[in-house]
Amino acid sequence: MNIEPAVFYVFAAVLVFAALRVISSSNPVHSALWLVLSFFSAAGIWLLLQAEFLAIALVLVYVGAVMVLFLFVVMMLDVNFAKMREQFKSYIPVGATVGILILIEMALVLVGGYFAPPTGAVPAAAAAGYSNTRALGLLLYTDYAYPFEIAAVILLVAIIAAIALTHRAPRTSKRQDPGRQVRVRRSDRLRVLDMPAEKNEH
Amino acid sequence: MSFIWHPTLTHYLVLGAILFAISVIGIFLNRRNVILMLMAIELMLLAVNLNFIAFSHYLNDPAGQVFVFFILTVAAAESAIGLAILVLLFRTVRSIDVEDLSTLKH
Repeated sequence: MNIEPAVFYVFAAVLVFAALRVISSSNPVHSALWLVLSFFSAAGIWLLLQAEFLAIALVLVYVGAVMVLFLFVVMMLDVNFAKMREQFKSYIPVGATVGILILIEMALVLVGGYFAPPTGAVPAAAAAGYSNTRALGLLLYTDYAYPFEIAAVILLVAIIAAIALTHRAPRTSKRQDPGRQVRVRRSDRLRVLDMPAEKNEH
Repeated sequence: MSFIWHPTLTHYLVLGAILFAISVIGIFLNRRNVILMLMAIELMLLAVNLNFIAFSHYLNDPAGQVFVFFILTVAAAESAIGLAILVLLFRTVRSIDVEDLSTLKH
């Protein structure tokens, strides 16, 4: 008895239901929590696909950090969300049309067999002692070393940008204003006095 | 029958397609609420990542998982900056309605 199909269908059903609730929930806090559930079920499906490291990273990074950030922002903003949903129903026709069109296009691609794996492309059974994290690390620190460093720089940029955008402490520290320093003229700093020279008594 | 029942690569791709379509619909339904649009974008990236991992598993190529790693990085940076801009927008116009964004012109 193979339980893989059952696990897949349970996680897929939860994932689709949670995604539907994310976009249809009336309260953004509920949307964020449903998004957490969809991330968890996606992590389950990734475990099924033997991507253990990414499944754990998804839960830790996404559920642990990004979704908490979302929840903080949603709760921090004092917004009348009900007013924003007044026209919700009027957007359903165009949204459903576009969604069904995209689904049909993707179905055409999938049914056409263009992306079907070559015959015999079945996942190889993991060798004894195989570690997904180790394989990923070997690849990341050799072939993808430069992209990895660029990813680190992107994260640094994100940190600096987020702090620079939202930080608003009172400016009590003495600091330089380069613009004023450049604009300064000689007349602002230096005053030449016209004084008669004193007579030397000796 | 068990051939159809057992998940294959196509099953995962169809799941990714459904997820992507749901999030596109979500962007249209919540087109006035910036927070929900950001959440729909996160769902889209999740669907894309699912496709990457499914291909990586069925083609026995861990490079696909490296790409998911980078997508996760960029998505985290994107949502952090997006939410920072959102907070800034709320401080400026006291609203996160997309319709009110045009008042920034004045």
